[in-house]
Amino acid sequence: MAESTRPPVDHVVDAPLTSPAATQGLLEVFRHRYLLKLLVRREISARYSGSFLGLIWSYINPLSQFLIYVFIFVLLLERDRTENFAIHIFTALIVVHFFTETFNAGTRSIVRNKALIRKMSLPKEMFPVASMLVSLYHVAPQLVILVIACVPYGWTPDVLGMLAFLLALGIIMLLGTALALLFSVANVYFRDFASAVGILTNFVRFSVPMIYPFTLVEERFKGFSEYYLYNPLAEAVLLVQRAFWVGTTSDPAATAATELPDHLFTRGLVMLAISALALVVAQLVFRSLEDKIPERLN
Amino acid sequence: MSYPSSTSIVVENATKAFTLRYHRTFKEVSVAKMRGQQISDTFKALDDVSFTVEQGESIGLMGLNGSGKSTLLKLVNGIMKPDSGKVLTRGRIAGLIATGAGFHPQLTGRENVYLNAAVFGMGERETNRKLDEIIDFANIGKHLDSPVGNYSSGMYARLGFAVAINVDCDIFLADEALAVGDKPFKRKCLEKMEEVRNSGTTVFYVSHAAGSVRRMCDRVLVLEEGRLGFDGDVDAGIKYVKYDSDDEDKDDDELGADI
Repeated sequence: MAESTRPPVDHVVDAPLTSPAATQGLLEVFRHRYLLKLLVRREISARYSGSFLGLIWSYINPLSQFLIYVFIFVLLLERDRTENFAIHIFTALIVVHFFTETFNAGTRSIVRNKALIRKMSLPKEMFPVASMLVSLYHVAPQLVILVIACVPYGWTPDVLGMLAFLLALGIIMLLGTALALLFSVANVYFRDFASAVGILTNFVRFSVPMIYPFTLVEERFKGFSEYYLYNPLAEAVLLVQRAFWVGTTSDPAATAATELPDHLFTRGLVMLAISALALVVAQLVFRSLEDKIPERLN
Repeated sequence: MSYPSSTSIVVENATKAFTLRYHRTFKEVSVAKMRGQQISDTFKALDDVSFTVEQGESIGLMGLNGSGKSTLLKLVNGIMKPDSGKVLTRGRIAGLIATGAGFHPQLTGRENVYLNAAVFGMGERETNRKLDEIIDFANIGKHLDSPVGNYSSGMYARLGFAVAINVDCDIFLADEALAVGDKPFKRKCLEKMEEVRNSGTTVFYVSHAAGSVRRMCDRVLVLEEGRLGFDGDVDAGIKYVKYDSDDEDKDDDELGADI
C-alpha cells in the first residue's frame, strides 16, 4: 500500500559508489576540520564547565607548579650553579606537560569516545589528534606565565629563539601524535596500555634537562652525553631553553655557547624529521589495527 | 563488476565474523590454557550476504534477534568493514543510528546540536540553516540552552532524533529506533521518515514491527543466522518471518513498537 501512495521522485546523487568506511587516515582528519574543531572545543569547554573560575584554572595549575619548583630548587636547595634556575625549570616543564598530556589523553581518547566510534563511521585518528590539540591549547597560558616571568630579567624575543620554540613545538606535536595514535589503538585491545603510559610519562621529566642543567650531563657522562641528546624530548627542551631561558641570563651569547650543546638547530631539524617518520609508522600500524576497533570497544 | 549510476547500496558476498573471547586477563587465559579450555571462538554474524539497492528504494530489514541485522547496518554505515566481500554506498549516510552520539552532558543542547550535526558530516553553515527546523522538531523549549546532562531521557532522545532526522542525506538508516519518545513524538518521527522516503532518499529500516515496515517499505530483506533468507515483496517477507500472525500489533500497526 505504501507503493501506491508514493510519488515517483528522482533523487539524484552524483557521488561515486565507494566504501562507506573512512580509510584515508590523517588526511581524512584534515577534511573533517570542522568536526575536529568542535571536538577540541567540546573537550576544552567541558573541562571547565560548572566551575566558577573556569579557564583561569589553566593558569593556576602551571603557576602553582612553577612556584613549587621555585620554592624547592631555588629557595630550599639553593642551586646557584645555573642562572635563573626557576625559568630553566619552567621552560622544560612546558615541554614535559605538553608531551605527557598528549600522550596520556591521546592514549585514552579512543576508548573514551567509544559511544561515537561505535555509532558513526569517522576517521578514528581524529580523537588522538584532538587530544594533542587540546594539550597544545593549554600551552598558551603557560607561555603567558613564562613570558611574564622572563621579562623582568631583560628577556626580549629574538627571531632565532622563536624559531627554536616553534621547532620544539613541532617535534612534540608530531611525536606526541605518533605515540598517541599507537597507544590509543593498543589501549582498545588491552586497557593495560593506559596504565603503562601513566608510568612511562613519570620518567619523562627526569629524562630532560629540567631539574638539572645539560652541562651536568656533559660533565658526568662525557662522551655518552651524545646518547642523551638522542632523546627528542631533551632536544625540544633545550630548544625552548634557547628561546626563553638563554635570553634571561646576564650574557646570553655566552650561555648559549656553554650551556647548550653544539649544532642545536641541526639536531632539532633531525628530530623533527624523525618525529615525522614516527608519525608515518604510527599511522600505518594504526590503519592495520583500526578495523577491529568497533568490535573490541565494549 | 560495475553498477549503474542509480545504484545506492551494493553488498557483495559480505561476510563478517566476530571473535568471542571467553577469557581476557592474563590469569584467566593461563588457567584456561592449563585446563585445555578454549580461549576464544569465532562466529559468523553475516555469511555471504549479497544484494543491491537502487536509489529511492526503501528496504525493510527483518529477522530474529541475533540474525545479523545490526551488523549489516554497521557495514552499510561504514562503522565496520566486512572480512571478505565488499560494501559500497553512494552519497551521505545518516539516520536514526547515531542519535545523541557525541552528546556531552556538560554542554548545552545547542552546542550539542552543532557537534552532533558535524558528526553526520554537516558543516557550520548547513547546521545554521537547519537549526530552526531541528529546534522545532525537538520541541524542548527553553531547555535548549541548558546542559543536556540535566535533560530527561525523553528530551535527550528527542534532541538526538531531531538532529539525525534533519540531516540531508542520500541514504537513511534506522535501527529499531522508535522505542523511545512518547506517542505524539513517535508519530512525528514516522511522518518525517515518510517524508524522507518520499523525497527519494534510499531508506534502510531495521524493524521487528510488521506494521511500520508495511507502511514504510517497498521491499523486505530477511536475515536468518547471518544469511539472506528472503529478498522481495513486503507482504511475502513479513509472512516469511511469521510476524503477520501477531495479534498484539494494534499499537504496532500505527507506529512500530520496536523493542
